Amino acid sequence: MSNSMPAEPAFSVESDGETLRLVLRGAWTISASRTLENAADALAAAGRGAARVAIDFAGVARLDTAGAWLIDKARARMAAGGSATEYRSLDSDQSLLLREAAYAPPAPEAKGKRRPVVDFLVRLGKWSAMIAGNVVTGVSFFGELAAAALRVIFNPALSRPTSMIYHMESFALRAVPIIVTINFLVGSIVEQQGLYQLRRFGASTYAIELIALLVLRELGVLLSSIMVAGRSGSAITAELGSMKMREEVDALRVMGMAPIEVLVLPRILALIFSLPLLTFIADIAGLGGGMVTAYVYEGISFQAFITRVQDYIGLNTFLVGLIKAPFMALVVGLIACVEGFRVQGSAESLGRQVTISVVNGIFMVIFVDGLFAIFFAGIHY
Amino acid sequence: MGPRSQEPIIRVKGLNVGFGSKRVLMDLDLDVPPGQVTGFVGGSGQGKSVLTRAILGLLPKQSGTIEVFAENIDRLSPAERRALERRWGVMFQGGALFSALTVKQNIQAPMREYLKLSQPVMDELALLKIKLVGLPPDAAEKFPSELSGGMVKRAALARALALDPELLFLDEPTSGLDPIGAAEFDDLIATLRATLGLSVFMVTHDLDSLYSICDTIAALADGKVIAVGSLSTMLASDHPWLRTYFHGKRARSIVAPDHAAMGAQS
Repeated sequence: MSNSMPAEPAFSVESDGETLRLVLRGAWTISASRTLENAADALAAAGRGAARVAIDFAGVARLDTAGAWLIDKARARMAAGGSATEYRSLDSDQSLLLREAAYAPPAPEAKGKRRPVVDFLVRLGKWSAMIAGNVVTGVSFFGELAAAALRVIFNPALSRPTSMIYHMESFALRAVPIIVTINFLVGSIVEQQGLYQLRRFGASTYAIELIALLVLRELGVLLSSIMVAGRSGSAITAELGSMKMREEVDALRVMGMAPIEVLVLPRILALIFSLPLLTFIADIAGLGGGMVTAYVYEGISFQAFITRVQDYIGLNTFLVGLIKAPFMALVVGLIACVEGFRVQGSAESLGRQVTISVVNGIFMVIFVDGLFAIFFAGIHY
Repeated sequence: MGPRSQEPIIRVKGLNVGFGSKRVLMDLDLDVPPGQVTGFVGGSGQGKSVLTRAILGLLPKQSGTIEVFAENIDRLSPAERRALERRWGVMFQGGALFSALTVKQNIQAPMREYLKLSQPVMDELALLKIKLVGLPPDAAEKFPSELSGGMVKRAALARALALDPELLFLDEPTSGLDPIGAAEFDDLIATLRATLGLSVFMVTHDLDSLYSICDTIAALADGKVIAVGSLSTMLASDHPWLRTYFHGKRARSIVAPDHAAMGAQS
């Protein structure tokens, strides 16, 4: 390094008749950190009460804005204490710096009285208004989407099959390995428990009906929906959110392209087509898991397992699971898109909306599944 | 300020940078003099940003040496590297402000990382920087997304200046500013250079900036520095790209009136 480390900021006090001379030396720069702060405080204290104070810069090796500001602040404090202050031996750079970084007392902050109860009520009110706002935007978004869907139905030229297929590839095709794995595992785990419990009654073959019913009615569609909410819902929110942050959504709008038609509809349609496909694959994988477990633990052959499923499980059981899938997809897609468009300018807000999208998506999937359970029980299907 | 050595503050020798089979910088040599404002010009896509990013260590280089503050940046230990990074400030073209932090917190981020200062002093210093770059005090509590383009530039400069660096990198500082704002920005950089003894390395296309504040101009074309010198050297050069750049339509207002008159007649 060409310039060796300069000395720390310091000063000496010399009395010069009427005038108190504060002779600075060393480097008054921000790299001295706390030492600089302390030196400036000491400077202000040293000059307190003197009638005339002169701050001498002859020995200053380096000065930067932080140093100039703190020295000038010390000077201002002496002046406020009634001292007449002046600078001496300034070179032109230093006087320029002192002028640029002249101390200005901070504007007094308007400190309102703290009223915890009122503040709490204000926050509660804002929060309630936000929830109500969310409901309104959700409903209006759904309406816009329905209108866009109708436009596309009556004018298929508006549909964007390429975009939709592209999204289906990422939502469905690339999700197949993970969907197969988790459903196979959950299928075998549930089957194992079923076998253990029912074996005590000598009814372990009923575990086959148990697993088939559970996988086809609930587990297949539920696990797929949750996986899609976590995997694709988050991706949609992040994509739309970053597009909004970088004004790409506005660019679409001014070019006369409705974001809802260009961005939202293809994604939601892709989800609606993907999730039933994934659910079907999940059903097969779950049954496969059960089948393997039944063979390993109970020696039930694959042939026997399949025959029993065919004999005792009706087509309606399979359809109950499959019918739910498009609705789940709609719920996940709507939430993901709404949250994506709610992203503000910051990276933090993007992270927050993605989290909300996934959490709300999974919650709504389970909630909707509950509604379906009540509905199907009501119609005895 | 202490004695200023005439050793170049940045010295690039035989630098090669490329992406895949495409070579962007070829055996590039460049010396940036200390205590001056060096303007760096070049056509779009010629590698101005690539060079800047290579000097800052953001891009890997294939060969060549880069010295900053007379130290080879490849031979530094991580601790020395951090000490070196503390001595430079970088202002990115888009500002690159942390979007989750307010302007004040953005400026304090490097202070917090490197220094031990009390919160009141950090607040005061942040407000000082905000004032120095010509932002209104109420900008301190705003988030980057609430600022206009010009204010983002100023806030980014304030953050680059947070540690009172010796070397300042500016990537197109005046792009996106109105002419008045750009002129103020130029004045600001000139003042900072004068007061802080700052060396400034500035990638720019703003001919007014080149004319008013740059002591040295370096021009990049075809992966090499084709000319270094004062504005008059550039104007006198007969390299075709430089002729077009400094004598084109947009350049007329900055060259001396007799040049402009000649341009108007031809």
